[in-house]
Amino acid sequence: MTEKGPQDSLPARPGSQGPEVIDVRKGMFGVQGSGDTSGYGGIVRPVAMPGGSPKPYGGWFDELAESFESALRPEGFVSAVEKVVVYRREITFFIRRGDLLKVAETLRNDPALRFEFCSGVSGVHYPNDEGRELHAVYHLLSMTHNRRIRLEVTCPDNDPHIPSVVAIYPTNDWHERETYDFFGIIFDGHPALTRIEMPDDWPGHPQRKDYPLGGIPVEYKGATIPPPDQRRSYT
Amino acid sequence: MGLEEKLPSGVLLTTVEGVAGYFRKASFWPATFGLACCAIEMMTSGAPKYDLGRFGMEVFRASPRQADLMIVAGRVSQKMAPVLRQIYDQMPEPKWVLAMGVCASSGGMFNNYAIVQGVDHIVPVDMYLPGCPPRPEMLIDAILKLHDQVQSAKLGVNREAQIIDLESDALNAMPTSEMKGMLW
Repeated sequence: MTEKGPQDSLPARPGSQGPEVIDVRKGMFGVQGSGDTSGYGGIVRPVAMPGGSPKPYGGWFDELAESFESALRPEGFVSAVEKVVVYRREITFFIRRGDLLKVAETLRNDPALRFEFCSGVSGVHYPNDEGRELHAVYHLLSMTHNRRIRLEVTCPDNDPHIPSVVAIYPTNDWHERETYDFFGIIFDGHPALTRIEMPDDWPGHPQRKDYPLGGIPVEYKGATIPPPDQRRSYT
Repeated sequence: MGLEEKLPSGVLLTTVEGVAGYFRKASFWPATFGLACCAIEMMTSGAPKYDLGRFGMEVFRASPRQADLMIVAGRVSQKMAPVLRQIYDQMPEPKWVLAMGVCASSGGMFNNYAIVQGVDHIVPVDMYLPGCPPRPEMLIDAILKLHDQVQSAKLGVNREAQIIDLESDALNAMPTSEMKGMLW
């Protein structure tokens, strides 16, 4: 009998690279050796992300991808774009971090693309995705063409550097500070990369998966319960 | 046969404490310190339907120097804590603090690294108001209970003695976790 997981239920179109399993989680709350009777202890859950999509992407995506390719020249496109993912009617370009500035500038300036607006950068942490632990996700909007796309850039945990796009999209100034604050991604070339949400002397980057939740024990009448992250291990 | 018998009509006798308390509670100006969703309920309390103006409290001062009461409405993050303390320090005596909602009172559902677990870690709190968020009626009730406290507040050496009494009572109180018996 073969194990059926969510990676099998993701819609895969013919020719696509198939879902990428980036992590496998076991159990529910990390309870071990306690005679778990909930039945959740045996769960094995792969974390699968949709893989690259083949052409045609469908809808206006093809027109966009064509303009994008011709703007970057085919060889530039191949070296800059790692993969293109079309999933749930949204298109994501995975960009190699060295080419991010060139790509962003092209997307903003090219008349056929005209992504004037970047609504910020979000961070994501995949602790078990070896060499691609940290992702920065940019959402772009073209007001001229009424289109939205997503750029995703990855960097490894031991070299958390991504070039800053503030010179191209000034909106991203505070967003990059926030992503630095919470995920520790260092945006090279940012005018003043300091913490924005947490106090200046805060240790660590709180939105990383391995950052402890913190909290204090809660007192009830006749009982004390430990802080949430020490009651059970959620990792 | 006291002094009261000899008073002409229209004259009342009271204590300085009583008069001071009466005046203080009758024009009790809150500082705006809305931090989260509780602030919405606090604004509603000031608006016509619930109308804090009935109690002489419709003027929410944006300047701490003109405020008597700080309503901490919402969760206080670690980064906001020094700001809150500074605003409290800028308020002139006498001043009161009302911790509105469970987050300001105890951290509430945010038992984590970012939120101060109860604003009483930073400033002395006179009234705790539970609720998530509390309804305007609850806020008004808390304010009226605080009015009673203000009305009966002592002055001078009596106040100092009262503070020492309250402090020793609080220090000698049994911790909640050591209480036994039914949950009431």
